[in-house]
Amino acid sequence: MRAHPLAGMIAAAARLISGVQVRWVDSEPDSRQAVYFANHSSHLDFVVLWSSLPPEVRCVTRPVAAQDYWNRGLRRTLAVNVFRAVLVARHPGKNEAHDAFSDPTLDPRLAIEHMLEAMGDADSLILFPEGTRGTGEEVAAFKSGLYYLCQQRPGLRMIPAYLHNLNRILPKGEFLPVPFISRLTFGPAMGLEAGEEKRAFLARARGAICRLKDI
Amino acid sequence: MKNLDPQLVWAFSGVLGLLTLSTLIGLALKLAVKKPEAQSTIRNLNARIGAWWVMSGIFGLTLVIGQIGSLILFGVMSLLALREFVTLLPTRRADHRTLFWSFFIFTPLQYFLIGIHWYGMFAILVPVYAFLFVPTRLAIAGDTESFLERASTIQWGLMVCVYCLSYTPALLMLNIPGYGRSAKLMLYLVLVDQLSDVLQYVWGKLLGKHKIAPLVSPNKTWEGFVGGVLTATLIGTALWWMTPFTPRVAALVSLTITLMGFAGGLTMSAIKRDRGVKDYGTLIKGHGGILDRMDSMCFAAPIFFHIVRYFYAR
Repeated sequence: MRAHPLAGMIAAAARLISGVQVRWVDSEPDSRQAVYFANHSSHLDFVVLWSSLPPEVRCVTRPVAAQDYWNRGLRRTLAVNVFRAVLVARHPGKNEAHDAFSDPTLDPRLAIEHMLEAMGDADSLILFPEGTRGTGEEVAAFKSGLYYLCQQRPGLRMIPAYLHNLNRILPKGEFLPVPFISRLTFGPAMGLEAGEEKRAFLARARGAICRLKDI
Repeated sequence: MKNLDPQLVWAFSGVLGLLTLSTLIGLALKLAVKKPEAQSTIRNLNARIGAWWVMSGIFGLTLVIGQIGSLILFGVMSLLALREFVTLLPTRRADHRTLFWSFFIFTPLQYFLIGIHWYGMFAILVPVYAFLFVPTRLAIAGDTESFLERASTIQWGLMVCVYCLSYTPALLMLNIPGYGRSAKLMLYLVLVDQLSDVLQYVWGKLLGKHKIAPLVSPNKTWEGFVGGVLTATLIGTALWWMTPFTPRVAALVSLTITLMGFAGGLTMSAIKRDRGVKDYGTLIKGHGGILDRMDSMCFAAPIFFHIVRYFYAR
């Protein structure tokens, strides 16, 4: 897959604004298919994570983003053409108590199918399993999407990542960024184990992110 | 681009000569030293020397460009230093807008005021206007948790990273009879201050035994301090010809620069130790962050400026 001509420039700009310091703990970047999953506290999260991947990994990695935010104007142009984002519908009421995929008007399988289709047999995804942005202090409970992805695609590698300080750069509800230095820590790949239940798997995945917070 | 002052060219050529010499020494040490624990020190030394080439190149370029170059360089350094500073300290969600003002209004404005040579406003923008603005904006944001601590953090960051550092290019504002407005003054300050840092490091590595403040800065020793201050003062005195000072005054001024630089390094280290980190950042290879390199300048520049302004400027 060839990268968009603007991709390198946008990635460099994102790294400059976020001052991101990237670390790979017990893991190394490679372009094999994987799902990168991270904590979510800012609109900049996926841009920074995507920018921090080496160019050859970046060009096969597609962020999963909320359709309601990214499907408009310039954002859409960037999301679709540069990031090749996979836009999925969220719960229309944005009711935090509900699972994004449990909205009766949306078939949860549809979003999963959409993601799997987007991955094909070569592309990787960036996913924020909390479903919505938090304050940055706590990692919220994970929604089920991650589990269903693994269930549908046995052997799928999942790479946890923790984003530090993005909530300080562009917190929820702000539209102008403040240039803090951020950090991004990638952990070792994990996967769904044979017979592992949904709740146990999601808790383990969440634990893998939280562990990276203090390393 | 104006015709360059020959003295400026001489002084800067001296810097390049010194760098060449250090590079050769670094290379020789790399080949000569075999002990593994000493090798990591040599590696760090060579990384530092490499970074010095880059920093000197950038600084030399801004000297050639003139005032606007220096303002952009130091303005960007202020932004990077402030960024390192506030990242290290706890801020809260309610500080966001105040921080935005600090980065994108007060910092550019401070350097703009130097650019238009408005000394009266340059000298009070941060200590008066920003000082009062910061707590007011935080109060409007409505979060009272650790209020004074948060306000002080931002005020302190602005004072050290923006206000104090901006005194370096502000030297270009000073019009000295028989000397004019000259980048030589700025180069002199940077040279003496940074040489003092380097020489304290070198003397410390060679002879250092007795720690000055082990809890604050474990690498600072009395041997390094005395050796560094004396040799840097000596060099500062020998460079009197590029300043408006007599040799004797140049000695006193250099001594002041080195002592203030030491004060800056020590103070900024105390903040790092309190926050439990070794460096403010990772931007400059072998050195740490911008603030690790410029901590001494932040303290030396304002004092140097005011000495020159009081006794020499028109």
